[in-house]
Amino acid sequence: MSTVKKTNGTGKKPAKAASKVKPAAPVVSAAQDTTVGEGVRRRDFIHIATVSFAGVGAAAVAMPLVSQMSASADVLAQASVEFDIAAIEPGQAIKTSWRKQPVFIRNLTPAEIEAANKVDVGSLRDPQTLADRTKPGKENWLITLGVCTHLGCVPLGAASGEVKGEFGGYFCPCHGSHYDTAARIRKGPAPLNLNVPEYAFLSDTVVKIG
Amino acid sequence: MSFPWAQEYKPQGTVSKWVDERLPLPRLVYNAVGAGYPVPRNLNYFWNFGVLAGVALVIQIVTGIVLAMHYYASVDGAFNSVEHIMRDVNAGWFLRYAHMNGASFFFIVVYIHIFRGLFYGSYKAPREMIWLLGVTIFLLMMATAFMGYVLPWGQMSFWGAQVITGFFSAIPLVGEPLRQLLLGGFAPDQAALNRFFSLHYLMPFVIAGVIILHVWALHIPGSSNPTGVSVKGEQDTVPFHPYYTAKDGFGLGIFLIFFVAVTFFAPNMLGHPDNYIPANPLSTPAHIVPEWYFLPFYAILKAFTVDFGIPFTGIIIIEAKLMGVLAMFGSILLLFFLPWLDTSPVRSGHYRPLFRKFFWYGLIPSLVVLTYCGGKPPYTQWVVLSQIAAAYYFAHFLIILPIVSRIERPLALPNSITEAVTGKPLPAAA
Repeated sequence: MSTVKKTNGTGKKPAKAASKVKPAAPVVSAAQDTTVGEGVRRRDFIHIATVSFAGVGAAAVAMPLVSQMSASADVLAQASVEFDIAAIEPGQAIKTSWRKQPVFIRNLTPAEIEAANKVDVGSLRDPQTLADRTKPGKENWLITLGVCTHLGCVPLGAASGEVKGEFGGYFCPCHGSHYDTAARIRKGPAPLNLNVPEYAFLSDTVVKIG
Repeated sequence: MSFPWAQEYKPQGTVSKWVDERLPLPRLVYNAVGAGYPVPRNLNYFWNFGVLAGVALVIQIVTGIVLAMHYYASVDGAFNSVEHIMRDVNAGWFLRYAHMNGASFFFIVVYIHIFRGLFYGSYKAPREMIWLLGVTIFLLMMATAFMGYVLPWGQMSFWGAQVITGFFSAIPLVGEPLRQLLLGGFAPDQAALNRFFSLHYLMPFVIAGVIILHVWALHIPGSSNPTGVSVKGEQDTVPFHPYYTAKDGFGLGIFLIFFVAVTFFAPNMLGHPDNYIPANPLSTPAHIVPEWYFLPFYAILKAFTVDFGIPFTGIIIIEAKLMGVLAMFGSILLLFFLPWLDTSPVRSGHYRPLFRKFFWYGLIPSLVVLTYCGGKPPYTQWVVLSQIAAAYYFAHFLIILPIVSRIERPLALPNSITEAVTGKPLPAAA
């Protein structure tokens, strides 16, 4: 009780409330009653307890009302998908979809790998080597999200005939971000390299994303 | 508005004063449900139910808005989207069960609120407008609840829509075209489902608007009270806050305990298992009944089984189908005339010995019987019982109340609320 502060904002207290409060022993006169004057009053405790109880209840009710907006169980169940990549020739890429987002799976040519490895990593906006972005022994398989890290457009360059940008990787037509053959940001407004999702090779030709 | 001794709103801080001079919304709240609203000091717990109905509406609107984020109004997708809400959406089962049982609890508190008004004569002058607006809210609630029940597009939803819209086909000449207009087709289908969803989303806000009028009209004469005696002076009232905010808060706590107990432990108690079967336009469930809160009216509908005509001539004046529909709507519409059917100047049933007997031993049993019969299949014994109870229901309002008002000798009324509470006559100075 000693930590309970006097609340001042509750306005006038009806005088008759005083008679309802059982006086604590030793009996005090009405003038010394804890329901009036300075100090902690019994009613302060009741106010704070009531408001706290209602507040905790309201917060508990707010949780489901907010959490219903986050991804539902059926959306989360799409979290991993498997792809057969046997048909992708070197120099080709496919666009596919994972969690309703485009994914680029690209089979790099030796020339593209070499071009990516020649770059001075220290000069990059988001310094990463090609090896950082691929699996050991599978450096030719570049798997990234097809979502520009600037504002979320789908960059061009995966389908044949699309503009690949100044660095031979991907080019985002919305605001002109250029990505190189390791899908690293080289020019334009995007802050980061194209995101590499979590993935694993289940065999030489099947990859599981997510 | 209100009484001259009502406490005046006095903004304390600079910001409060600034706001009060430009948009006196805090003042409005203070005068409506704050210390600025003097309320009779003797209200009992039956006076909690108006606030509880308001809370029930808020629960329905809040849960309904979030359910609409996941629901598809499509004949192919509606049922599955409801199951999706139940199984996949985070806390979706809770939100749907709260909405589903929230409707039942809304009706429970509104029925108690209505019976409070009926017993204590809250519909009498000068509160007729409050009563008329209240009956309007009740009608809007019924329409909203019906359309909401159609949305899951289960068997009961579909056949409920078929039967309820069928009421309109009973109207001579324009009935069938009117029904097609309402449904947007020959039977409930995509067009009907979509418009029901649209209107089900709209109507609660219309109800909220009429509630504002209902409360506005209430604040002109102020709240009624269990003695029915008008407020005579300041000693008869206490400020709404803190006295009735505290009392309503306590009642709200009890209400919520019952509400969550049913929502968590018996969520389907008040529903029908058939509505977990997807709608099938080619097969009616063996026994279709509306939700419990419509049962008395459904019983009245089913009570009319023979055409009304001139005996032995074969001339039919009103078909049984139309009579049932008219009686069902009439059973609610006659409540609009109640303030002028009951002409007794004494409001409270406490001081009306004859009225009280008819209320407890006539009206209430007849409604219990109608509710019970409404849920039973249309076999002879239930139909006959419904007919007796329906006859009493109409007679109670149209014949008994007007006669009782004239012949009854009321008990002596207390001189004032304060006298009724303290048992002592007022001091001469007051």
